Amino acid sequence: MPALSGQRRMERRWGLLMAVPAILGFVIFTAGPMVASALFSLTDWQIGGTPSYVGFDNYTALVDDELFWKSLSATTYYTLGAVPLALIVAFAVAMLLNQRVRGLSIWRTIFYLPTLVPAIANVVLWIWIFNPDFGLLNSLLRQGGLPTAQWIYDEATAIPSLIIMSTWGFGNTMVIFLAGLQGVPRHLYEAVSIDGGGPWRRFWHVTLPMMTPTIFYNLVVGVVGTFQVFNQAYVMTEGGPNQSTLFYVYYLFRKAFHESEMGYASALAWVLFMVIMVVTFLMFRNARRWVYYEMAGAR
Amino acid sequence: MTAVAAPEKPRTGRVAPTAGLRRPRRFGKALLYLALVAGAVPTLLPFVWLVRSALMQDAQMFTAPPEWIPAPFQWSNFTEALTAQPFWLYFVNTVVIAVISVLGTVLTCSIAAFSFSRLRWRGRNVVFAVLLSGVMLPYAVTLIPTFAMWQQLGALDSIIPLTVPSWFAGAGGGVFNVFLLRQFFLTIPFELDEAAYIDGASPWRVFWTVVMPLSRPAIVVVTIFTFIGTWNDFLGPLLYLTDEDKYTLSLGLASFQSVFITQWGYLMAASAAVIAPIIALFFFLQRYFIEGITLTGIKN
Repeated sequence: MPALSGQRRMERRWGLLMAVPAILGFVIFTAGPMVASALFSLTDWQIGGTPSYVGFDNYTALVDDELFWKSLSATTYYTLGAVPLALIVAFAVAMLLNQRVRGLSIWRTIFYLPTLVPAIANVVLWIWIFNPDFGLLNSLLRQGGLPTAQWIYDEATAIPSLIIMSTWGFGNTMVIFLAGLQGVPRHLYEAVSIDGGGPWRRFWHVTLPMMTPTIFYNLVVGVVGTFQVFNQAYVMTEGGPNQSTLFYVYYLFRKAFHESEMGYASALAWVLFMVIMVVTFLMFRNARRWVYYEMAGAR
Repeated sequence: MTAVAAPEKPRTGRVAPTAGLRRPRRFGKALLYLALVAGAVPTLLPFVWLVRSALMQDAQMFTAPPEWIPAPFQWSNFTEALTAQPFWLYFVNTVVIAVISVLGTVLTCSIAAFSFSRLRWRGRNVVFAVLLSGVMLPYAVTLIPTFAMWQQLGALDSIIPLTVPSWFAGAGGGVFNVFLLRQFFLTIPFELDEAAYIDGASPWRVFWTVVMPLSRPAIVVVTIFTFIGTWNDFLGPLLYLTDEDKYTLSLGLASFQSVFITQWGYLMAASAAVIAPIIALFFFLQRYFIEGITLTGIKN
C-alpha cells in the first residue's frame, strides 16, 4: 500500500512537470494573445504607439465599412464554391480508387501530388497557368476553338479561377475519403446484394450513409480552413481586380500591417472568430439530421 | 424481406458468372480506367506545364499553338534563376527553421502526450480538453498580439518567433500533434510501464526507453507534417523576416516573383526547384504520408 501511494505521488509530480511546456505554450501563444486581442479590439492603436480605449467603436465602424462587407462576401463566395467542389471531386475519385483498381498506389500518388506543392510555388505556377495571353488554360481553349477568359484578371472570373486552383489540391480530402471507404463493413454490401440490390442501391443505402461522418469531418475542416485563405490574395491578386478577391484575412493583414490599424484589425479578427464559431455550430447542429453514427447516443 | 427475395434468387447473378455477364464487367472496368485517366490528365497537366516552361526559351513559350517539347532544352533557366537571388541561402535558412521546429515539436509534444496518456494526475483530462480547444481558434485572432509580443521582446527579424513556439508543445495549432501522439501512446500496453516502474524506473525513463522507441510511426508522421508545415509557411516569415539574407524559400520565391514578373522561364525554374525537395521527400516516405493523413482523418 505505501508503495502504491509512492508510485501515485511520483506520477502526479512528473505528470504535472511534463505537462508544463504544453500548458505554458497554451497560455503564452493561445490564451494570452486571445485575451489581448479582445482587449486590443476595444482600442485605437498604431503599432509602436500606446493603445487608447475607444469602447466598441471599432465594431460599430465595421458596419459602415464597405470593404469589410466586400471581404466577407468574397470569402463566403470562395468557401461556398471551393469546399463543395473539393468534396465532390475527392469523393468521386476516392470511389473510383475503391473499385479494386490495379496500381492503386500509383493512381493515389498522382492525385495526391498537387497537395505537395508548397503554397507559394503553387501560386506562382497558377499565375502562369491563368496568363491570358500564353497561359495553359487559354492556350488550350484557343486550340479547341473555344472562347478564352481573363481568369484572375477579371472581376467576374477571379474567384471562380481561384476555386479551380484550390480544387486541384483535393488529394488530402481524397485520401481521408479512401480510408473511410475501405472501412465500410463488407457484410453490409453483401446484405444489399442478397436482397437483389445493384450498385446504385449499394451506393445509396450503404456507402453514402456510412460515409456521412467522414464527409462531415472533411466539410468542417474544409470550411474552417478555406475561410482563412490568405496566400492567393497576397501574392496573386492583391485583393483585386476591383477588390473582388479581397479575402477576409488578407484585408485584416492589410489593416494591421500596412495601415497599422491594430485595434481595428483585432476587431476584424474577433468578428472572424465569431463567424467561424457560428458556422461551425450550425454545421454541428445540422449534422444530427444527416450524419450517421454507428452507436446511436454515443454522440 | 426473405420471402420477397427468395423467388428472385435464381434470377440474380449468384449463378456462376457466364460469358454474358463477363462482358459488362469488362466494359465497366474499361469505363473505370477511362474515368481515372480523365481525372489524372488535368491533375498532371499543371506539372507538365511547369516542367516544360522551366526548360523553355521565352521565344518558344510565346507561340500561338502552345509547344510542349522545349527545343532546345534551356537548362540555363535553372542556373540563372537560382543565382539571380540566393536561393541556396534561402534553402539553408528554411532547413534550419524546419529542423529546429521539428525537434521542438516532436520532443515537447511527445512529453506532453506522455503526461496526458500514461501518468495519472488530478485535472489531467480537463487540462487536456482546454489545451485542445485551442485548435479551434483562427490564427488571425492570435496574430496581432503575438506580433506585438515579439516586437516588445526585440525578436523581430530573427528566426525566434518562427521556432520558439514549437518548443512549447507546438503552441496553438501544434496541440493537434499532442492529440495524435496521445492517441498512439494509448495503444501501447500499460503493462510495459508497470514492469519498468517495478524495476525502479522513473517516469522519464519509461517515456524515453519504453514509450518513445515503440512510437516511431507516430513520431515520423508528426515529423513529416511539421516539416512540411514549416517548409510551406508563408505568413510567418512574411511577418517576421525583413532582412533578405534571412528569407525562407517561400518568402524568397514570392520576392523573386515580384521582380521577375514576366520571366516565366525563370519563375517556373525557381518554382520547380522549390517543389522538388518536397516531392522527393514524399517518394521516400510515401507510406507514412498516407498513414498520417488517414490517422488525422480517422480521429474524427
